[in-house]
Amino acid sequence: MNEQKKPSSTMHGPVNDPHAADDQVDLSPTLGEEVKYTTCYMCACRCGIKVYLHDGKVRYIQGNRNHPVNGGVLCGKGSSGIMQHYSPARLHKPLKRVGERGTNEYEEIEWEEALQIATERLAGIRATDPKKLAFFTGRDQSQALTGWWASQFGTPNYAAHGGFCSVNMAAGGLYTIGGAFWEFAEPDWHHSKYFMMFGVAEDHDSNPIKKGLGMLKNRGAKFVAVNPVRTGYGAIADEWVGIRPGTDGLFIMSLVHELLKSGNVDVDYLIRYTNSGWLVIQDEGAADHGLFARDAEGNPLCWDMDTEGLANAKSGKVERPALKGEFTLADGRRAVPSFQILAERYLDPQYAPEQIAHVCGLQAAQIKRIAAELAHVAFKETIEIDQEWTDWTGQTHDKMIGRPVSFHAMRGISAHSNGFHTCRMLHILQVLLGSVEVPGGFRVKAPYPKHIPPGIKPAGRADQVNPNTPLPGAPLGFPTGPEDLLLEDDGTPRRIDKAYSWEHPISSHGLMHMVIHNAWKGDPYKIDTLMMFMANMSWNSSMNTAGTIEMLTDKDENGEYKIPFIIYADAYFSEMVQYADLILPDTTYLERHDCISLLDRPISNADACADAIRYPVVEPDRDVRGFQSVLIDLGHRIGLPGLTNEDGTAKYPGGLPDYMVNHERAPGIGMLGGWRGEQGDKPLKGEVNPKQLQKYIENQSFWQHEFAPDQRYFKMANKNYLDWSADMGLLPNGDPIIFQLYSEVFQKFRLAAEGHGPHTPPKADAERILKFFDPLPIWYQPIEETMVDGKEFPLHALTQRPMHMYHSWGSQNAWLRQITGKNRLFVHEDVAAKIGAVDDDWVWLSSHHGRIRCQIKIVDGVNPNTVWTWNAIGKRRGAWNLDKDAIEAKEGFLLNHLISELLPIQGDGYRYSNSDPITGQAAWFDLRVKIEKAEPSQFGESWPQFPVVEKFDQLPDTPKVSRYGDVFRKKREGK
Amino acid sequence: MTSLPTYTNKKLGLVIDLDTCVGCHACATNCKEWNAGGHSAPLTDYDPYGAKPDGVWFNRVHSFEVKRGDRPNLTINFPRSCLHCDNAACVTVCPTGASYKRVEDGIVLVNTDKCIGCKLCSWACPYGAREFDEDEGVMKKCTLCIDRIYNENLDPEDRQPACVLTCPAGARHFGDLNDPESDVSQLTAARHGRDLMPELGYKPTNKYLPPRARKVDHADIGAPEELEPIEADGFLGWLDKVLSK
Amino acid sequence: MHPAFSVIFFTTCSGAGYGLLAMMGIFGAADMLPSDRWMGLAGLFFALGLVTIGLLSSTFHLGRPERAWRAMTQWRSSWLAREGVMAVLTYIPAGLFGLGWVFFETTSGLWAVAGVITAVLAWLTVACTAKIYHTLRPIHQWHNDWTVPSYLLLSVMSGAVLMSVLIHLFDVVNPYIQALTVVTLALGWGLKTMYWNFNKSTCGLPSVNSAIGIDAAGDVSVLELPHTSDNYLMKEMGYKVARKHADKLRTISHVTGFALPLVFSLFAMFVDGYIALAAVVIAWGLCSLGIIVERWLFFAEARHTVNLYYGETCV
Repeated sequence: MNEQKKPSSTMHGPVNDPHAADDQVDLSPTLGEEVKYTTCYMCACRCGIKVYLHDGKVRYIQGNRNHPVNGGVLCGKGSSGIMQHYSPARLHKPLKRVGERGTNEYEEIEWEEALQIATERLAGIRATDPKKLAFFTGRDQSQALTGWWASQFGTPNYAAHGGFCSVNMAAGGLYTIGGAFWEFAEPDWHHSKYFMMFGVAEDHDSNPIKKGLGMLKNRGAKFVAVNPVRTGYGAIADEWVGIRPGTDGLFIMSLVHELLKSGNVDVDYLIRYTNSGWLVIQDEGAADHGLFARDAEGNPLCWDMDTEGLANAKSGKVERPALKGEFTLADGRRAVPSFQILAERYLDPQYAPEQIAHVCGLQAAQIKRIAAELAHVAFKETIEIDQEWTDWTGQTHDKMIGRPVSFHAMRGISAHSNGFHTCRMLHILQVLLGSVEVPGGFRVKAPYPKHIPPGIKPAGRADQVNPNTPLPGAPLGFPTGPEDLLLEDDGTPRRIDKAYSWEHPISSHGLMHMVIHNAWKGDPYKIDTLMMFMANMSWNSSMNTAGTIEMLTDKDENGEYKIPFIIYADAYFSEMVQYADLILPDTTYLERHDCISLLDRPISNADACADAIRYPVVEPDRDVRGFQSVLIDLGHRIGLPGLTNEDGTAKYPGGLPDYMVNHERAPGIGMLGGWRGEQGDKPLKGEVNPKQLQKYIENQSFWQHEFAPDQRYFKMANKNYLDWSADMGLLPNGDPIIFQLYSEVFQKFRLAAEGHGPHTPPKADAERILKFFDPLPIWYQPIEETMVDGKEFPLHALTQRPMHMYHSWGSQNAWLRQITGKNRLFVHEDVAAKIGAVDDDWVWLSSHHGRIRCQIKIVDGVNPNTVWTWNAIGKRRGAWNLDKDAIEAKEGFLLNHLISELLPIQGDGYRYSNSDPITGQAAWFDLRVKIEKAEPSQFGESWPQFPVVEKFDQLPDTPKVSRYGDVFRKKREGK
Repeated sequence: MTSLPTYTNKKLGLVIDLDTCVGCHACATNCKEWNAGGHSAPLTDYDPYGAKPDGVWFNRVHSFEVKRGDRPNLTINFPRSCLHCDNAACVTVCPTGASYKRVEDGIVLVNTDKCIGCKLCSWACPYGAREFDEDEGVMKKCTLCIDRIYNENLDPEDRQPACVLTCPAGARHFGDLNDPESDVSQLTAARHGRDLMPELGYKPTNKYLPPRARKVDHADIGAPEELEPIEADGFLGWLDKVLSK
Repeated sequence: MHPAFSVIFFTTCSGAGYGLLAMMGIFGAADMLPSDRWMGLAGLFFALGLVTIGLLSSTFHLGRPERAWRAMTQWRSSWLAREGVMAVLTYIPAGLFGLGWVFFETTSGLWAVAGVITAVLAWLTVACTAKIYHTLRPIHQWHNDWTVPSYLLLSVMSGAVLMSVLIHLFDVVNPYIQALTVVTLALGWGLKTMYWNFNKSTCGLPSVNSAIGIDAAGDVSVLELPHTSDNYLMKEMGYKVARKHADKLRTISHVTGFALPLVFSLFAMFVDGYIALAAVVIAWGLCSLGIIVERWLFFAEARHTVNLYYGETCV
């Protein structure tokens, strides 16, 4: 709305209203003297924000209209940033523990002393056994730095929180199509006509999904939400599929069954872009059974139906490879195209809708109809974009043909122990429909797609970890066979979290949820120091919260803490700080530098590659430092080679901003892609530009490079995109990315489990691997469910984060906590009826692991076998500088108390972690519970309750009334 | 005085799309942060870090479930704020003249310097749009961002209410509902936008777009009810035919 | 609606005060009362005292009592402003009337005119008070044809009950006044009973469906409220009284506000002296209690439409 003329507030209309007229409405009040653009950090979405400052105070935070992520909108969290920034829970100064862990006995110290303590400790570890440092980051968007730092330090024990977040989605995608859900891809919001969303509450990607759904609805596309819970996005879906938790994989297999049975698959697409034609060796018992048949150069083979002979499947020259049949290899053995194995697998009647509907809690007719709708839209409503493009073989296509069905999925399928396979199955469904990287389909964002899987292997083998020596690579990577695991000679895990071990070989994000448990138990070994950044592990970020608190404070027979030293960086007085020995206070997001890098998790979209920075728009009023700068300082003090010049001086004395500009990973490739080169004119690759940060700030803190129209789709096979990408260092080479429907990697592990090859698992692990490592997706009941009595614990229990709080570190936020200050357990009316409960009654909820008491709310929009609640609302009394009777503490609750980090004891007495057996993804949503009504005398307070956290002296008293903003008005009105 | 104008030059208001609102509270918190320092500043919070925090908000987002028998049940997110009624009883009941409806654009405002805090306007508003600031002892309410929509210190694109600009799903629209050609009037007409509680005759300016008919039937998108299995040789036989084309 | 003590006290107090004042004006003007100085002083002092205390008390529920004077400016549109204006205007003829009665010991002639005007203004003030509630369309329990008559009648009734105390104090024998007390108590009781029955048996027109703008066909329930702690709307408009509790209070109101005062007032007609005085004083005391309870229920049982957003289905 544009007002050309400014109407006067004293204009008289048909009724002369002197009272209205004397209200001198200031129609053009000032917003302050300054506007600065930075990047939001109220969640992981990385929207651009415009911060209005008035007398140095934050007047208003608005979405940046020009920003590629949010285009001007801003969510409920982002709009509450002011309260986050001025929170009375902010830490003020470094602290050293002087009493017992879990008390408020801390002494304020200067940064110099804090850094000396840390340096001494860490340098000692590095000089003896670097793996005795476990470094895990929670809320972190700078893994390109933190991972590199760990590697420089020489410890393999590094990860961010992906292991308990959604590694299944990352791994499932990267091992199948070279891209993933999260924010690494997006449906083609502009063209998609049918969109299915699996298990997404508020999640990656926050605002783009909301914008996209708005667009879809306006275009009249059909939106199907598959989720046991009908809230949020599900509320606006055309169709809600209230599936039973953990059965999505089966549902998708059934859709695939229907599509295959009716011939609704995009055969041309499969031939061009997938390994469907690759021949799989059929030689039961042989060491290469189930692997791809290859030629002498290692190229996979296919059967060329035109020449009627074997051919290099990657040559790009076979127009008609066989997708079915049995063929003889040069050595006389038999092989079949991988697609035939796939088709036979899912054509099996066991996947017929009639067979699986009851397991999923759905109707067979509904599954059949959805399959029919998918096929109809994909194949009858094909869209074409008049855009010429060239594929990797050099062939030019005059149009971009799209199948306008698309999918998105996140934690709802990820946080199950069968989530990896489910995720892969969903990608296979997309590929069978020919809808990945096509107009109207699912589009990957740069630097993805990557080769499958990306060519980085985890470093940390025994020969790679040495005193005072960096690792030869990154701690996290993508194994392609047993030889890539990080194992001791006896087959036991090398990493403290047991990542890349036989227990969960493809744990590409580590297992943060196991670190404290394993470090406490000394399994597989004892560590010296646990260093963490913003991870509330003694509360809502842990399974078995009460147990974790005990582990953090548990002592050995000598009276020493079992986890000897804990360094913790946080901006706020979270539940975790009082368990640290050294507390490093971090800044708020408006006070810090950050780098949202293409080496890490950039802000690209499908049409442009982009990255962004954060820079301080206000100066801290406390003695705090950005953790990343502290890390760089610490690294120099320890003498990490990447951070120290030959003469011993610091390489990046200016901390993170210095590093962002001047650090190069490879010649010409650094943290930021924009304005490289001495003249600042080179995108992505070029010499260091000392003025780079200034350019970012001038450009509203982001940079983007738009792809040419012919590069925007089919990126996995698009010559112009692949060549450009390789030139820029986003890909190691311009080879096409061939979707791996049948995955050889998993067959390799299976063969090892059968006893083939030099690396074989112990017997117990071998059984798991034989069961779970299938080269094609399988469905199995989530593991914990199979180990607990389903009759005793008949219900599934889930959590979602409220949209206004997801990833927002935010319950102490004075505005957001008014919206959701407590959580109730949402139960279906049938469940409530069974226990004779009504709204607001209190119930006991128990699992095999624990028991909680909470209040219920009866709802209709939930799978009748499922109860759920909002996550991370419950707070510990006194934490976050909230009143000890805060509603969050008194009435709010955590489901975490019911979830064990370990599976129930099995036959041999061993307890595996409660994780996906492939990726180690924390299986939060495998939980089974029973519900009983509490006694009326127990109503009114949640259980368990913990001792009140006594606040640190450095925290301010909190106001009884907050009048934020009155100063702006007073100043404006001259009062 | 607090008689209502017989007509207003414009009827500025909001059109809120219940078919698209995902209930994210962005409109509510962005409204809060704008108005905390805006025309009616502050939007006081009571006991903000205490046992039961509460405060002044101009926009609150409810959620409901609707059971509809043979049609699919719904979850509805419903943002609630001042509707800037034509027939704004909150204005006429005001004994002091603090409440008034602007002739220029129909916006209902409170002059907080005149308000005596009798709360009668809040009783007169059927929609709960009035918010009492206990700390100041005066009534406050949605201003339709009167200090944004004409604000010459803002870029022209930003001269919209904060809730509209920030809405991620695009469920909120702002414009002149007096002008039948305006986007909001067109949208209201096309989507059968509704008055809330029309029975009471307040003639609200803001309109709510009811949820669209949900596409749950295969016929809604022209698809068959289910897929026909391939006859004869089954899928792999079919595959042969496809490949031999 | 939140039954704020200040408003309950104001409406009951000033209702009785204006009732008595009107009665003094009419009966005084009609020469049905002795123009005895002390009688006039006592009656008018009591009447105006109640009115004044009531008015003052009403300012306590204001957020900014120091600005209360502003409340009279909008008499052209606002019943609250009109009430304020009328309340202030009533003092003028009442003062004149009092002057005549107390200083000149006369209530006839021009003084009588002042008495009649006092009565009219007093009733108008009460009517304005009633209209404040009656015009609130969001509150079905107030926005109906019973509100204004019952406010007026209960005001006359409370005035009559008080008047009967006054005449017994001054030993004035006036069967009309005592009969009027009995009649208004009976009428008031009947009217209030019908009013309560109306509220019990009807709901306002708006439904939660119309409140959120969706089809009438559909059973709507609250999933979540906007905030998890109570807000102003819920505290002010969302007051809930349990049916059982309300019925108990209603019985108290029936008995103490109407039935017993009726019995005692009737009884007073057949006795005299201290026994009669005792009877009318008891009637007054009980009636005051009953009317306070009645007024508490008037607020507590009023269901504002905003409650549709907070889980109510009938308002």
